[in-house]
Amino acid sequence: MENMKLSCAAIAKVKEICENHNNDAGELINVLHETQNTLGYLPREVQELVAKNLNIPVNRVNGVVSFYAFFTEKPKGKHPISICLGTACYVRGSDKVLEEVKKVLGIEVGETTPDGVFSLDCLRCVGACGLAPVMTISGKVFGNVDPKNIRKIIESFEAEA
Amino acid sequence: MEQNKINLTIDGRQVSVNPGTTILEAAKSCGIDIPTLCHIHLEGTCVNSHPASCRMCVVEVAGRRNLAPACATACMEGMEVHTSSLRVLKARRVILELILSNHPHDCLICPKSGNCELQNLARRLKINETPFDGGERSCHPIDKSVSIVRDMNKCILCRRCETMCNDVQTVGAIGAIGRGFETTIGPAFGLKLSESECTYCGQCVAVCPVGALTEVDNTSRLIKDLANPDKVCIVQVAPAVRVAIGEEFGYPAGTIVTGKLVTALKKLGFDYVFDTDFAADLTIMEEGTELLGRLQRFLSGDKTVKLPILTSCCPAWVNFFEHQFPDMLDIPSTARSPQQMFGSIAKTYWAEKMGIPREKIVVVSIMPCLAKKYECGRDEFKVDGNPDVDYSLTTRELAELIKETNTEHEVLEDSEFDAPLGESTGASVIFGATGGVMEAALRTAYELHTGKTLDKVDFREVRGLEGMRSASIDMDGFELKVGIAHGLGNARKMLEDIRSGKSEYHAIEIMACPGGCIGGGGQPLHHGNIEILNARARALYDADKNKPLRKSHENPYIKKLYEEFLGEPLSEKAHALLHTNYFNKSK
Repeated sequence: MENMKLSCAAIAKVKEICENHNNDAGELINVLHETQNTLGYLPREVQELVAKNLNIPVNRVNGVVSFYAFFTEKPKGKHPISICLGTACYVRGSDKVLEEVKKVLGIEVGETTPDGVFSLDCLRCVGACGLAPVMTISGKVFGNVDPKNIRKIIESFEAEA
Repeated sequence: MEQNKINLTIDGRQVSVNPGTTILEAAKSCGIDIPTLCHIHLEGTCVNSHPASCRMCVVEVAGRRNLAPACATACMEGMEVHTSSLRVLKARRVILELILSNHPHDCLICPKSGNCELQNLARRLKINETPFDGGERSCHPIDKSVSIVRDMNKCILCRRCETMCNDVQTVGAIGAIGRGFETTIGPAFGLKLSESECTYCGQCVAVCPVGALTEVDNTSRLIKDLANPDKVCIVQVAPAVRVAIGEEFGYPAGTIVTGKLVTALKKLGFDYVFDTDFAADLTIMEEGTELLGRLQRFLSGDKTVKLPILTSCCPAWVNFFEHQFPDMLDIPSTARSPQQMFGSIAKTYWAEKMGIPREKIVVVSIMPCLAKKYECGRDEFKVDGNPDVDYSLTTRELAELIKETNTEHEVLEDSEFDAPLGESTGASVIFGATGGVMEAALRTAYELHTGKTLDKVDFREVRGLEGMRSASIDMDGFELKVGIAHGLGNARKMLEDIRSGKSEYHAIEIMACPGGCIGGGGQPLHHGNIEILNARARALYDADKNKPLRKSHENPYIKKLYEEFLGEPLSEKAHALLHTNYFNKSK
């Protein structure tokens, strides 16, 4: 999937986003934001296309994409899972939550399940420290997560998929 | 105290500086040496990097809570700076210990050992142990291209190379990728240099303070060939080498050591020691004739003629326009670089003359340059797979080899280059400085165009270290407009002007490295000292002045080469052996 050639529609869309920002190199981060929102992720071909349109070295685009945790070069699952590893969550055992999620899904952090349903990431604080440890799935926040319940939570999303 | 000056004290000394001066510069002006690592500034050129990322230069400013990086803090009126208070010394040691905690300790076998700024600092700050265990030391594979070796395990993220590649050269091949411990400086997507737009100019290597970026080492290969009795080893030496290699043996910058260099090469075991300058004279014959040809077509009203003509001696510059300006491949001169002209003539004309088969000859070049290593491997410079120039060594590599063989430079006698490929004029010597190729071309073009003798051979208007220069030369009624750019960022500006039709030049000389070949990526490291480049340039112009012949077309061996072998400039044979094609390499 990573080496998938871009569709004409995607190419046109990226071009349009760049043009909306006047192909201005200073707008790089905004362009990448919009592009990721539209396409879901920023594969190499997209980064090369953005570089070409903004007339900057592809190196600079890749530098920004690889620096910010928000940007992803791999397609996310239909239900992205994030585990908070911030201080509060960590001391309340989010590392054990993470281990359990990895075990249930059979993937590592930054990976997506082969069926494309779940992807797994870590983050630092969602601003709900009172609910620690916290996990989010598709933007939905789960607080006071007990590793024992994880299989059940994940299965509820699987059924949805 | 003077007006409009900022007054401050540094370590108790009164200092008065212009507004905008950094603490580092102010300290330097009164002889205080603040240690630096990421900072590099070649005064008068666009080379200036001070990301304040290493924090080595921190100083104490009275009244400020935090220590300030001297390289990026401007002087203020009444400032009281302490560059070596106990607090500063303590902080600097911790900073260095932290940098060393994530740096390999294999100095013994590091190619940069002895010339490493990090190693020097560790010694200067007396770091004898590394109290920090280090974080996640990533293990990066070594990326070896034909010219440059990247070992990112040794990188300290000072960003000097990034500044050179992006801001100075505008190539954009390498930059910071990733974050935190995962950060590396390299091409996008973890690609290799050979898969990027890298021109192999080597300016990243020239500024790398540690052993993260080094040149491909060909010394072992050379020793093997020299020891092989079945091979005839011949060597050519570029002009910029003779005014720089002395620095490696304790001579002041700008000492001309041509004679000793020839002796050292003969002692190393080369069968013949020749001069790239000979081929530089040949380049002027071909490139100059090409320029005059285009000019004559232009003057007779031919609208299709491509002007300005651009020089093509610099292989990094050739890579640059092949990658970045593929729509303009028909503008540069088709003349090969002196290195390649030499190889081509050595393995045809000279080989025939000497009765030595091509396969037996090993042509080695000593160059101030890393791109030359790439250039001699280009397919178009091979005959049935046998390259015209077998391989290239940098000035630094040769210096190391001379040291290794215990050939003490200072006790060496002077020797002369061998004939016939060792004879050269003053015009060829100045190829090594920015503006030199243009000046050499003007000397020949003027006489060939006007039929008159040039009384004053010095074209001072094209000399200097300014990034972009221009001059108008009276060619007996016709005003020839020439431009000169060094540093690929300046070259880009010249090319963009041509593309948009704004350029009014007839001829432009371009050199990839700041200063020209004297500032090449293979030269002894200048560590940011512009005086070294100035001294090397002066030495080249002195060498030119002391030559009995100073115009390329007066070189008797060049005349003989045309009579016996090539016919005339731009003849069919000259085209086949001395000219080339360019390729679209855009990504």
